[in-house]
Amino acid sequence: MNNKPASHGGIVILLSFAIALILCMVQIPDYLKMYRPEFVTLILIYWCIALPHRVGILTGWSVGFLLDIQMDSLLGLHAVALAITAYLAYKLHARIRLYPLLQQSLIILLLVTLSQMLILWINGISGHAHGNWSYWMPALSSMFSWPWIFYLMRTIRRMYGVN
Amino acid sequence: MVFSIILLITDHHTNMLRNVRSFFNLIIYPLQTIASTPANIGIWLNEQLDSHQSLITENESYRTNNLLLKAQLQKFTSLQAENIRLRSLLKSSRKLKDQMLIAETIAVDLDPYKRQIVINKGQRHSIYAGQPILDAYGIMGQVIHPGIVSSSAILITDPSHAIPVQINRNGLRTVLYGTGAANYLEVQNLPNNADIELGDLLITSGLGGRFPEGYPVAKVINIIRDPGQPFAKVIAEATAHLEQSREVLLVMAQENKPQLLSEQITKESGSSDE
Repeated sequence: MNNKPASHGGIVILLSFAIALILCMVQIPDYLKMYRPEFVTLILIYWCIALPHRVGILTGWSVGFLLDIQMDSLLGLHAVALAITAYLAYKLHARIRLYPLLQQSLIILLLVTLSQMLILWINGISGHAHGNWSYWMPALSSMFSWPWIFYLMRTIRRMYGVN
Repeated sequence: MVFSIILLITDHHTNMLRNVRSFFNLIIYPLQTIASTPANIGIWLNEQLDSHQSLITENESYRTNNLLLKAQLQKFTSLQAENIRLRSLLKSSRKLKDQMLIAETIAVDLDPYKRQIVINKGQRHSIYAGQPILDAYGIMGQVIHPGIVSSSAILITDPSHAIPVQINRNGLRTVLYGTGAANYLEVQNLPNNADIELGDLLITSGLGGRFPEGYPVAKVINIIRDPGQPFAKVIAEATAHLEQSREVLLVMAQENKPQLLSEQITKESGSSDE
């Protein structure tokens, strides 16, 4: 993870994850709950694309673990999903970087859907699956919020010189 | 990857990760506090912007309410004394008072497909898993994962929750399942000819030894008796204000385990101090 000696701004990365975790549990009206984007996944994918040498599977796993604690889900559920998402984002980072924003959003849709599918499977195995079309809504809303998050995070990254 | 799968299986089948969970809960707690601030600010603003007049009227209504409740309580004390006397005559003991602890809910959202809340009391306040939670109007749910300073609790409306109840009118016992929808519960296994009516109050039966007996849980609002189905479909609405209550009560039960009949008899014949 530390093959670049001049890596700094770890605080910014940590803070961004903390804010994403907070955004995942801020109370919003009931009818909007289904559409809450997966902020943690988005931030994780962003850092995986921008700084693949620093943020990767391990980070994904740890953040997912915290999300599990926070959401009170089965321990390891979000951890696995986010670790796999991070792995895919890491594998694809060179390509995703070159894509125009629209295409990036589609990739995001794919990645978030995949992580949600994993969560649904594991939930299904442990007996709490919720079969409902609105379950996939966060993937769509994540896709639509990706351009904003991308610009925001890029500005923040450049401003604080995180590399 | 393998480690995660082991973790998943361990957590699903055993209770071993309880301490891990409560420890990491401590890390999450500040985040939860921050996340609940917008909601708290809303409540605070609401309180600040309340006009003087409305506060006075509210205060007045509380006062009359208090008077009424006190009057009822006078009657209740004499009834309670009578009840204890009668029970001692019958040589049957039953706990009449439950100790309560007040907790506040932390305004955070969890998984939208589950019905869960977070409360601001944890193991430090001797909260334990399975502890019943209620508000002023009825049973709300139970603690599932006690953290150190905060715990998560499952509401009775969660689809994976079931609570043993009885009908207040005739004592018919059944089990009430959560539906996942806010405030609605379901009785799944009452036969079509069971004596249940619209408006029946369902109270806890105390079976299972987890919930104290006699607290209101839900009111029947819809009964579908389909002759083609083996069971009637009964929908009930929770009496507790599940989605609104900020203050909740936790029942501190000392010893709520079901006893063997023989054990109970020897105990009661041995000592009759209750």
